[in-house]
Amino acid sequence: MIKDDHPVSLLEVRGLIKSFGSARALQGVTLDVRPGEVHCVLGQNGAGKSTLIKTLSGAHQPDEGDILWNGDKVTIDHPIAALELGIATMYQELDVVEGLSIAENIFLGHELDKGGVLQRREANKRTRALMDRLGHPQLSPTREVGTLSPANQQIVSMARALSHDIKLMIMDEPSAVLDTEEVDNLFRVVEELTKEGIAVIYISHRLEEIERIGDRITVLKDGKSVASSIAVSDTPTRELISLMTGRDVENVFPPAPGVPDDAPVVLEVKDLALGSHFSDVSLSIRAGEVVGIAGLVGSGRSEIMETIAGHRKATAGTVSVKGTKLRPGSVRDAVDAEMGLAPEERKSQGLILDEPIYRNATLASFARFARGPLLNEAAERDATAEQMRALELRPAEPNRITRTLSGGNQQKIMLARWLIHGTEVLLLDEPTRGVDVGARVEIYTLIRKLAAAGTAILVVSSEIDEVLGLADRVLVLADGRVLDEKPTSEIDEHGVLDLVMKGSAA
Amino acid sequence: MSEQTTPSPTTTEEPAAPPAATEAGPSAVSRFFSSPAGRSIGLVVALLLLVVIGTVTAGENFASVDNMLVILRLASITGVVAIGVTFVITAGGIDLSVGSVLGLSSVVASLGAIQTAADGFWPLMVFVAIAVGVLAGLTNGFIIAYGKVVAFMATLAMLVAARGLAELISQRQTQIVTNDGFLDFFRGDLLGISWVVWIFIIVTLIGWFLLNRTTFGRRTVAIGGNATAARLAGVNVRRHTVYLYMLAGACAGIAGTMMLSRTTAGTSTHGLLLELDVIAAVVVGGTLLIGGRGTIGGTVLGVLLFSTLTNVFTQNNLSSSVQLVAKGIIIVIAVLLQQRFANREGSQSP
Repeated sequence: MIKDDHPVSLLEVRGLIKSFGSARALQGVTLDVRPGEVHCVLGQNGAGKSTLIKTLSGAHQPDEGDILWNGDKVTIDHPIAALELGIATMYQELDVVEGLSIAENIFLGHELDKGGVLQRREANKRTRALMDRLGHPQLSPTREVGTLSPANQQIVSMARALSHDIKLMIMDEPSAVLDTEEVDNLFRVVEELTKEGIAVIYISHRLEEIERIGDRITVLKDGKSVASSIAVSDTPTRELISLMTGRDVENVFPPAPGVPDDAPVVLEVKDLALGSHFSDVSLSIRAGEVVGIAGLVGSGRSEIMETIAGHRKATAGTVSVKGTKLRPGSVRDAVDAEMGLAPEERKSQGLILDEPIYRNATLASFARFARGPLLNEAAERDATAEQMRALELRPAEPNRITRTLSGGNQQKIMLARWLIHGTEVLLLDEPTRGVDVGARVEIYTLIRKLAAAGTAILVVSSEIDEVLGLADRVLVLADGRVLDEKPTSEIDEHGVLDLVMKGSAA
Repeated sequence: MSEQTTPSPTTTEEPAAPPAATEAGPSAVSRFFSSPAGRSIGLVVALLLLVVIGTVTAGENFASVDNMLVILRLASITGVVAIGVTFVITAGGIDLSVGSVLGLSSVVASLGAIQTAADGFWPLMVFVAIAVGVLAGLTNGFIIAYGKVVAFMATLAMLVAARGLAELISQRQTQIVTNDGFLDFFRGDLLGISWVVWIFIIVTLIGWFLLNRTTFGRRTVAIGGNATAARLAGVNVRRHTVYLYMLAGACAGIAGTMMLSRTTAGTSTHGLLLELDVIAAVVVGGTLLIGGRGTIGGTVLGVLLFSTLTNVFTQNNLSSSVQLVAKGIIIVIAVLLQQRFANREGSQSP
């Protein structure tokens, strides 16, 4: 796909600098995108990827540096200016209006009308064509977007971008909400786009995806491009990681020491069911053991976690911690039994982003620090600072506002909450979503340390290699049923996928 | 919600520690104005401006100790209700029924039978008024927390129903307060300051303490900040919600007694449209309407701002219509300023 005869670049960015107050988000970024290529932008959280995207899509103005479009210098001072050039952006946070239909979403802001009267039939017709092109002909144009899965909402978002005449599509972690099958479809769409000569800037944490579809890579670190337009095929993964993190990462997953046979069973789940979501889920986790649940999005993974934690009320079955049965649907019981849940949607279900770190860290236990009804904030801050040091979360400032932390550090705060509270059972739902490679390794190590201290840990992740690398045993899940349970040493990613495919078909 | 429109408030009490050099925040000036003290400074400046205008236009009539006490007394009833509502709004709720509940509690507490029963012990009237408020709040809270009705609708229903109930009970008659003990107490003062004002001060201090120094307050802020996170961390969100509306009701009940003492009569029209003044004062004071941040000090300043405004206009014999327009303008300016500072702070995350 890459032509080597010095083609004219579609987009060229030179020496881009952007500061917010005294914080320099971009300090010299160079980027060169050719028509019809998939150009990956890699970097840890806080490396400046989002700022770069926002600058290209007209949401931010650069302080210094040039943006060249087809060789001409341009100013992108508004999102509409970007669209007029032919740059469309799919943001990480879904930007669809849930109460509107698919067609209404796609033509939002550039409605098809005649003298102010909407041409609904025409809009629906074009929407159907777009959906065909994106490989989702089953999605009716009149369907309300709020009823779609996140993956399909993303398709709508993509269709909206395509409804404009675009030459460059920026995708910010599009695979974050997708499972394996949907990622395949996404890649198919990306391929279609590039065949038509549309360039794609693809941002992802997942290195294996970049190897699959990327043509060239630009790596950002601390607001600078540390490598520009290097070819994917010539660059080994290890080199990419060391470019991103500035250090070598040997083993991503810490070794699992194994669980002694006489370790007591801490969490015992028997025949748990939740309506149509899942049924007959039984599992037991011993002290010091890490058990993983592998399965596709929609297989009931998160629901199982939430039901165990009492967030949802089980329709059948029991959950016991150290022999004590928990009342179904009682978060209070679960918390009292020292069970902690770090939910999948960290920002919407886990953290109070505008509060200081220490208040999030002690959210489950501040009443215990209190003397009677009186808060003891000094003690809370001390306990938080101690945990922050233990979790290597620097700087250890408990008063900082949680929103200002990177995804990896926010996840550490979730862990700190249950460490301070004390945990027998820790339920981790997608513990590394939105967490960059460097911080992932730290979180994996931390999870292992917790297990070594005797905590029973249940991990759910849509990345099968993560489940397998982290857990001692794995439960394979499809359509709300447990298909198999195996030690992770006896199964690999292919084995899991095979099971899932067969199980779903059965 | 995009990052641009999400306000990033700092903590309600301690100023946030300066950000690390690597993730430096916005300039010192905007950081100051978005800090709790800074936000209040804006209100204090506005208040001082009003005082200057009052002094220039009305001279001695305005700038006297007596008049200051008049302003404080004017602020007291709205203020007490506003303290309770600050808690509800901080937790992400709303209570539209406080004005009606105030009227209802004044009517019940001044019923002939109650006044007779309170002959030997006048505080009984106060207890009755508070009990009425707490019951109304309990009803609100239950419907909201366990019936899962949006707070706006549930308390709107209470606004209508409580007013109606007050009319039924009083048969639309004004009930004169004849209990001498009650009247004598409220006519009295301590250190030259009316008891009505003292009640406002005491409720304010308790409210500040409750919000900033107790587990109750922490739960309130947490629920407003992220109710799901609070619930998953083991906070009993529903029960707490009921407590919050009971608290707002109790404050309305206390204000009902104050109203009884000021007008020496109970009637179903007491507290008409009070909820609007209260919500305006709370929000102008800096409590976020979407919850997650609340400030008692700001609420007090908001209430004082509006009562001083009323006083300045009255002193200058300006019509109350002009005053309403001015009030509207102040509300818009205050909210615009709040958003400006909140945005400036929110845009720092790259």
